[in-house]
Amino acid sequence: MDLTTNSLLLTWTVFTPAIGLAAILLLLALRPLARWPQVFLDQAARGIGVVTTVVATALGIALWAGFDGSTAALQFIHRTVWMRSWNIEYFVAVDGLSLSMVVLTVVVFLAGAVASLPWWGALDDHHPHFSKRHVPGYWVLFLLLETGVLGTFAAQDFFLFYVFWEVMLLPMYFLIGIWGAPPRRDPDGRVRGGPYAAIKFFLYTLAGSVLMLLAMIAIYYASGPGTLADGTATQHTFNLPLLARQAREGTFLRAAPILGLDFARVVFVGLFIGFAIKVPMFPFHTWLPDAHVDAPTPISVILAGILLKTGVYGLFRFNLQLFPGALDWASYAVGVLGVVNIVYGAFVCMAQKDLKKLIAYSSVSHMGFCLLGLAAGTPQAVNGAIFQMVGHGIVSPMLFLVAGVIYDRAHTRQIEAFGGLAHRMPEYAAVTGLAFMASLGLPGLAGFVGEVLVFLGSFAATDPLFRVLVSIGALSVIITAAYYLWTMQRMFLGPFNEAWAHLMDMNWRERITLYPLAVVTVVLGVWPVPVFRMLEGTVGTLIGGLGH
Amino acid sequence: MGTNLWSILPELVLAGTLVLVLAADLLLRGRPDRPGALTLMATLGLLGAGISLATLPGTGAFFDGLVVGDPLGRFFRGLFLVAGAMGIWFGLLSEEVPRTRFGEFVVLILAATMGTCLLVQSRNLLMIAVSLELISLPSYALAGFRRGDRLSSEAALKYVLYGAASTGLMLYGMSLLYGLAGTLDLPSLAPALGRELASGAPPVRLGLAMGGLFTLAGLAYKVSAVPFHAWAPDVYQGAPTPVTAFLSVGPKAAGVAAMIRFLSEGFGSSATGQPFFPWPVVIGLIAMATMTVGNLAALAQDNVKRLLAWSSIAHAGYLLVGVSVGTPEAIRAVALYAPVYLLMNLGAFLAVLAVRHRTGAETMAAYRGLGTRSPWIAVSLTVFLFSLTGLPPLAGFIGKFYLFAAALEVGRPFFLVLALVGVLNSVISLYYYARLVRAMFLDRGAGLPSVAAPRPVAWLLLVLAVPTLVLGLFWSPLAALASWAAGLS
Repeated sequence: MDLTTNSLLLTWTVFTPAIGLAAILLLLALRPLARWPQVFLDQAARGIGVVTTVVATALGIALWAGFDGSTAALQFIHRTVWMRSWNIEYFVAVDGLSLSMVVLTVVVFLAGAVASLPWWGALDDHHPHFSKRHVPGYWVLFLLLETGVLGTFAAQDFFLFYVFWEVMLLPMYFLIGIWGAPPRRDPDGRVRGGPYAAIKFFLYTLAGSVLMLLAMIAIYYASGPGTLADGTATQHTFNLPLLARQAREGTFLRAAPILGLDFARVVFVGLFIGFAIKVPMFPFHTWLPDAHVDAPTPISVILAGILLKTGVYGLFRFNLQLFPGALDWASYAVGVLGVVNIVYGAFVCMAQKDLKKLIAYSSVSHMGFCLLGLAAGTPQAVNGAIFQMVGHGIVSPMLFLVAGVIYDRAHTRQIEAFGGLAHRMPEYAAVTGLAFMASLGLPGLAGFVGEVLVFLGSFAATDPLFRVLVSIGALSVIITAAYYLWTMQRMFLGPFNEAWAHLMDMNWRERITLYPLAVVTVVLGVWPVPVFRMLEGTVGTLIGGLGH
Repeated sequence: MGTNLWSILPELVLAGTLVLVLAADLLLRGRPDRPGALTLMATLGLLGAGISLATLPGTGAFFDGLVVGDPLGRFFRGLFLVAGAMGIWFGLLSEEVPRTRFGEFVVLILAATMGTCLLVQSRNLLMIAVSLELISLPSYALAGFRRGDRLSSEAALKYVLYGAASTGLMLYGMSLLYGLAGTLDLPSLAPALGRELASGAPPVRLGLAMGGLFTLAGLAYKVSAVPFHAWAPDVYQGAPTPVTAFLSVGPKAAGVAAMIRFLSEGFGSSATGQPFFPWPVVIGLIAMATMTVGNLAALAQDNVKRLLAWSSIAHAGYLLVGVSVGTPEAIRAVALYAPVYLLMNLGAFLAVLAVRHRTGAETMAAYRGLGTRSPWIAVSLTVFLFSLTGLPPLAGFIGKFYLFAAALEVGRPFFLVLALVGVLNSVISLYYYARLVRAMFLDRGAGLPSVAAPRPVAWLLLVLAVPTLVLGLFWSPLAALASWAAGLS
């Protein structure tokens, strides 16, 4: 296993947003000297933010172009010793799984960046739009978040991964809390709104990640010898490829039991809870609807498009790769929980009155497919689960952008409040229709491929239970179709509600964000091969340790 | 005798400075620049003590074994000198310390600092008691420094009463131990107690347990560990902010360091097998209770100073996790956590001081919208608060990582539970730290005045915030120092 540094491209990709962040901070620091007006600072921050995300996207695409998907070997390795006393390294590299997520990240953040630009066009704006408040601070946090997410997917050292994982938390907390909805009382008198949603998100995720921290330390002390980047031999290691190899050699099976229980199983459960909260898996999902409803549009886009994927990514990277035996042991539970996610999420969607909440619960439902695919563990199912991440990562940003379009105009998201909008906003109706169809899994669009592969792969699993699970899960497709079509009907069809006569159709900012995503949705729906080519070599290695 | 005196040269320098400050205080009477001059003198004195500490010749026992020169003691003495300097500077920046009595303030802080320095190198029960009193007496006076203020006076009275009770308890415990072992020297205590135990008389075990527990109680009181914590919230809230900042750092860390020495040298270390008094479990239970009580009580606080008081109780619990585990790795973790805790806790109190300076209030409401009213205070306070929570990439995370890793490394079920309780407490603590962050950034502070930090406060905040950030990413130098202190290198 050759793990020497061979490229700095990945490091550049990860830290490009950090450079933009530093540039904005520098502007802020120089402000007292240069006496710039606030407008200049705001525009400069926006400019730096967008340019940085564009550059990051270009670098991400360059990574993809230079990637050889046929092998499982790590590529674009950059490795150097960080903390010698704990054998911690700065070690970033990508395999197919990481790369697919890195590319998705840069694309979703680009869409988010454009969606963060302020309103323009002929519309009068009485509503205090989030994009005009504390602009430099917004972009600093936005870029910090991007570096955190990219680093999470690129890190190949457990400690480094943990640091990046936690770096994602802080900016998200502020982005939801400061730029989200102001506090309000819901009909039951409970206080809801951005600050509530932000701290709920923060507490849930931190509760998961402290378990991960303990699991990480336990894994470290159970690990075998390793080598640092400069060739120093060490007693223990945080190095993920090395840990994966040791896992295949049975190091963790021989580790001393914890509180009388099998080491691998205890650590598996600790990691699983940590990642499942982020997925989010039933019953840890309740932070998600709150966060989504009260986050500003671009942050919802990023949350649904990318942040949920970090949970599934962690399950594949750590639970599957390091503890395949424990996953075999837990596969029933994971599979059942996956199907519960799928079906429960779909049923809850039926009851939603708020468009954004409906989309949020549809995310719960769709992420269930990833869990089911992981539990089944066949090559098809795992490919499907990863494709589902990519597909959902493209489609759910579209959905949230669509919700943002109507909210920016009407200042409400109550589905019942609309009717016959297709007369007034035909273009919007068409784009929304496409996004809904993609999300409900219409063949030919990106949402279909992942779902069908997960179902096929799980049905092919040797264990008969999975056939039952697939049969139950397949029911959800009908429910999903039902709630989307019903929503379509209530919003766009029927008699036009004259109260909305002043609404305008989509503007160019919205087109720039939605059309490229729509194109990707169609292309990946018809021709998903580029994604599978990326994963070709990786998936086999990932599931190599499973018993079936 | 010459070597003996050399070994406590830093303390002698402190004593000299103390006398000089007293004299200068009289000579400079009526001069407006007196506080500044006294601060300068004290700073130079502390610097001199630091230099003499760094260049000290020997290690080993001095004064017939009353004090010991070792890396652990040296490390903590250096830390206490920094804490003392910070306490004095905070006093200069705060309006809560009357300018006319600034000399007294400086002298009291210097005396308490001397006490902490002596405590951490004490190797004799009597010396421990005397050093503790040398910390306590100035602390009482400091807590009640604002004589006209009812809260401050109440704090001082509470402090004295609790202090007197716990000192009595500790002396009783020590007398029991002396009665059993016939010695006050820690190194000879363990073998003597072991011989007594071997004789098999049942009262020995009881006396040993009582003596050990009562002596620990005195130290636990200084550390503000549950159930000896009840004084802390009132004292911390009522005392002037610079005093609170000093008390929550210096004496607390001194108590922890003295506990390590008392337990590992006087009672046999857990690393070397079964200690004859199950102190790892006792301390572990105290640690769990301290973390949990501190964090749960902090949840409901509206006064920010009181909130930080409960949080500092919780942090005493984290430090005790390291004491409970007791391996060299755990002592290293404590030695690493103490300076990190000093940075972030002092930083948080400095921000409180600055806000109070401008608004005269300490309640949550005074912090509303601070993010726009005073961005620099708000941002640095956020750094300190999230570091106290233990989020990477801040220094507080590294401290907790070392502590919990040391607990997990031993692999005993009790320590696993201890670590689990510890990390779950971090989650609880996030809630109340984030409440403050929420008030500063998420709530709109419309109509409240801007509270730009005075320039020296802003700089001092920077001095504390930068290492809190940097140590979270590059902590090798500090880790090397802590390893040296714990005897690992």
